[in-house]
Amino acid sequence: MAKLKLNIRINWWKILAIFLVFYTVIAGFLIKVPRIAIVQESVRNQFFHVSMWFSMMILLTTSLIYSIRYLSRSNMQFDRIAEEFAYMGIILGLLGLTTGSIWARFTWGAWWVNDAKLNGAAICMLVYLAYVILRNSIEDEIQRARIAAVYNIFAWATLVPLLYILPRLTDSLHPGSGGNPGFNIYDLDNNLRLVFYPSIIGWTLLGVWIIQLRVRFKILKSKLEDFS
Amino acid sequence: MLFKEVQSLIFHEALIEWRLRYAINGILLYLISVIFTSYLSFRSQVNTLNPIIWNTLFWIIILFTAVNAVTKSFIQLNRGRLIYYYSVANPIAIILSKILYNTFLLLIIGFTGLMIYSLVLGNPVDDILLFSLNLVLGSIGFAAVLTMNSGIASKAVNSTTLMAILSFPVILPLLLIVIKISRNALDGLDWTASYGQIIYLCAIDIIVITISTILFPYIWRS
Repeated sequence: MAKLKLNIRINWWKILAIFLVFYTVIAGFLIKVPRIAIVQESVRNQFFHVSMWFSMMILLTTSLIYSIRYLSRSNMQFDRIAEEFAYMGIILGLLGLTTGSIWARFTWGAWWVNDAKLNGAAICMLVYLAYVILRNSIEDEIQRARIAAVYNIFAWATLVPLLYILPRLTDSLHPGSGGNPGFNIYDLDNNLRLVFYPSIIGWTLLGVWIIQLRVRFKILKSKLEDFS
Repeated sequence: MLFKEVQSLIFHEALIEWRLRYAINGILLYLISVIFTSYLSFRSQVNTLNPIIWNTLFWIIILFTAVNAVTKSFIQLNRGRLIYYYSVANPIAIILSKILYNTFLLLIIGFTGLMIYSLVLGNPVDDILLFSLNLVLGSIGFAAVLTMNSGIASKAVNSTTLMAILSFPVILPLLLIVIKISRNALDGLDWTASYGQIIYLCAIDIIVITISTILFPYIWRS
């Protein structure tokens, strides 16, 4: 049996991922945060809610890039990667919705408010869940890969107006839309930044790690199917 | 060349539609039934119907009818015709002709719907010109999104359910902006109030059509 050895030169980013996630959780709950009216201590949710959505955007955009590469090269590997990136993006998005909902409960007083940004986020999740359903309902592997790639590009193209253009056109409670400042109030504080940026990298790396494992698992499974 | 191909494909499509009139008649009857159903459901308050409800209900009726009308463009295409198209036509010409044809279809649905709808539920629209422009732009966008999704869904099993699942979330940004403009038209606001939204609507239309033309050949090949 081969020895299990951790190769630092290749796997340094996994250690970094573990470190950053722990850092986010520990430092995120312990550092001094600025007192902002209404938001108060709940500003710590920024390290979870906001950074999860950031890393969701990173993962979904990577998924888009792999879908485009699949269409131009027709390599099945690209399709597997695109699929897993999209799935992981959905999971992070759902986590972001949950944490956002908790945040809304304690700052705006309701689990869900009728707001352009929130509704946009929910619709985005619907679009990507439809992507999952679409994948499951096509039998032929190559056809599934190609059509899923096409829909993925389409989905990403709706994501951008839903999250970044439409909310800006209307009034919104959510920061970053309807004339509300994005991160300006928080940016004043360096303490917050100290955890916020690493947390984005941490969640993203953790996601990529899970994706890597799942892609490898799928490759093994397809090889097994070829044998039998 | 491409233009000519598109032209003949549209002509072909219209000819088939004309010969098999049940499809278009079915859709129009569907539209009338839905409008009448909502009229009877609202019967007690027809005269006091809130303009916002009037507007939203109208667009939802149009949306559902549009989904039903466009679904058939690829899903109900039989195998023989599919292979025939595949062998004679350029995929870009096919998607463009389908989008144009469906736009035309949705315009018929939209304006017929508007007429019947105003007949039974009243017409509070103040600026009919803006409302019509909005209807035209909205139909182009709806046609492009739905045609593309029909192409995608036709490749899968249980495609009719999938058609709705795929289209509704994608079409929502378009629907929201269309509803907003038509509310402006309802209130008779000055056109300057809706310029930004009209430009945005045009941008969405252009983006959707471009994406469809670029991506359709990949779907068509399989």
